[in-house]
Amino acid sequence: MTGESRQPAPRREVVTGEPRRVRPLPRYRAQAEIEEQTALGDAYVRSLMRSQLRAGLSAFAVLALVAGTLPLAFAALRDTTAVWVVLGFAAYPLLTLLAWWYVRRAERNERDFARLVKGRPAP
Amino acid sequence: MSQSYTVTAVTVVVLATVLVGGFGLRISRTTSDFYVASRSVGPGLNAAAISGEYLSAASFLGVAGLVLLHGPDMLWYPVGYTAGYLVLLVFVAAPLRRSGAYTLPDFAEGRLESRAVRRLVSVFVVGAGWLYLVPQLQGAGLTLRILTGAPDWFGGVLVALVVVVAVAAGGMRSITFVQAFQYWLKLTALLVPALFLLLAWQGDGRPRVDLGLTGAVADRADHPLYATYGLIVATFLGTMGLPHVVVRFYTSPNGRAARRTTVFVLALIGAFYLLPPVYGALGRLYVAELPHGANADAAVLLLPERAIGGLGGALLGALVAGGAFAAFLSTASGLTMAVAGVLTQDVLPSRGVRHFRLATPLAMAVPLGGSLLVSGMPVADSVGMAFAVSASSFCPLLVLGIWWRRLTPPGAIAGLLLGGGLAFAATVITVSGTVRSGWPHALLAWPAVWSVPVGFLAMILVSLATRGRIPPGTNAAMTRFHLPEALMPGARGGPGGAGGPTGTSGPTGSSGADSAGGTSGTGGVR
Repeated sequence: MTGESRQPAPRREVVTGEPRRVRPLPRYRAQAEIEEQTALGDAYVRSLMRSQLRAGLSAFAVLALVAGTLPLAFAALRDTTAVWVVLGFAAYPLLTLLAWWYVRRAERNERDFARLVKGRPAP
Repeated sequence: MSQSYTVTAVTVVVLATVLVGGFGLRISRTTSDFYVASRSVGPGLNAAAISGEYLSAASFLGVAGLVLLHGPDMLWYPVGYTAGYLVLLVFVAAPLRRSGAYTLPDFAEGRLESRAVRRLVSVFVVGAGWLYLVPQLQGAGLTLRILTGAPDWFGGVLVALVVVVAVAAGGMRSITFVQAFQYWLKLTALLVPALFLLLAWQGDGRPRVDLGLTGAVADRADHPLYATYGLIVATFLGTMGLPHVVVRFYTSPNGRAARRTTVFVLALIGAFYLLPPVYGALGRLYVAELPHGANADAAVLLLPERAIGGLGGALLGALVAGGAFAAFLSTASGLTMAVAGVLTQDVLPSRGVRHFRLATPLAMAVPLGGSLLVSGMPVADSVGMAFAVSASSFCPLLVLGIWWRRLTPPGAIAGLLLGGGLAFAATVITVSGTVRSGWPHALLAWPAVWSVPVGFLAMILVSLATRGRIPPGTNAAMTRFHLPEALMPGARGGPGGAGGPTGTSGPTGSSGADSAGGTSGTGGVR
């Protein structure tokens, strides 16, 4: 749009086409709804948050249940070998597995959400 | 003599730290490199760096010492340190990265749009960071005194100097390399001697190790079951708020990478924590006559020489000492980095790399003074208190800030002051030694069981009472936290407008998403 130096006086022109944009437009309608924070866009974000919170709470519930009952179980059993085996060795692979399960579920949630958003291309 | 081996090992670790840091400095070109390593560290390297930073004096020396003294119940410490990362992963990791902030104060201001909350969070970050730095410096002093007979203050001063130079010179990019290197060094320094120790034990005819509770155990706590739960709550929920842990997440390229990095971290620190119990168990056999009290932290250092002896024992002892120094250096540099970052943004007048370098000695001076004044506490216990404060203040702020739309600035302030303030007060009373026994002592020494619910409740109730103060940008912030980067409207197609025709922006301009992304990055990398 900056006038070329050869032309002496820039002419006033009426632009009738689509304005060119710095960023591309949102490609999908749902994306635009989210960007403009409409009620529908808000509902999209809330549904994603709900599914992600459910995934996080599930993993946390497993952890809290096990960690909450183990000290009582150890106190009842009075078997120190069990404490060594569980806390010294078994805990770490189990924690890593739980983390891996959560990451898979969280990424699946995000993929599902992307599919939902991309489901209806913008007109 | 074994002293010269130890001095050599510690010197090598210090020199290697400075050299690897210098290597990082050469490729650390921009301000963004300096603060967050340009947010481009891949999961493998970043996970090793996070683990290297996280495995502190408490993990390297403290866990084995406590297991030696108090029996297998102390194994809840390493389990809690690891499980804390799992809780961080499931509630905080990806949204925190997507928030685009650099420190906890950035996060608080971006989410709640309040300078007051920002200032309060800054105070807590600096306080928790200092609380955590003191045992690192004390551990360094202890190590050098036990192994070389150096005066108590020397180790702490040495670590402080090296850290200030490394952090102020190279920033985040070089620290990332240093810490990744130090993870593997720490693992090696415990693994190789552990294998030899097990061989020596085998050679001695596998004498029976007393795995149970011996006489010394009773005085650890009047209410051991309560203490265990206090430990579990503090470590599980406190990890997410530790200042050096939070800063690290901003170096991942995106939220997905932040999540995957955390799984790597869990595997790496889990692998490391298999080793300290071996030292604790064998220590009961070979270092049984260790004086009780703070010196239990020395068990790891003394074990190779006592169990193996001779030249081999001396060399392995030197290797352990080198690993211990790597532990002090890496955690202390991460904490100093975080505290100095907050000081630069919120305390000192102007911003920029130069002021960051000025803030670094300041960030280190206070805990160094503290480590010289206060003494006589096992490192794992004093680290546990930093966890309790973090669990009662930052955990409610992060979890509610990320998942609950009705959080208000007054609610956040009430929760921080009540939860974090009470936990901090309990810590001060415990350290001062005014309450020594019974339920009052147990409740004050392991405050997380009651102070975490207090923090959450205060935040929720005051927020509900001040509904009118919900920040106007809450919905935009939630979208930014939880939406995958690929779907963020502003994020596609690289930096907006960099190559495009800049004079022709359309009428429905690009301000919306860009400004949403910009609010939180106030102090970050621009």
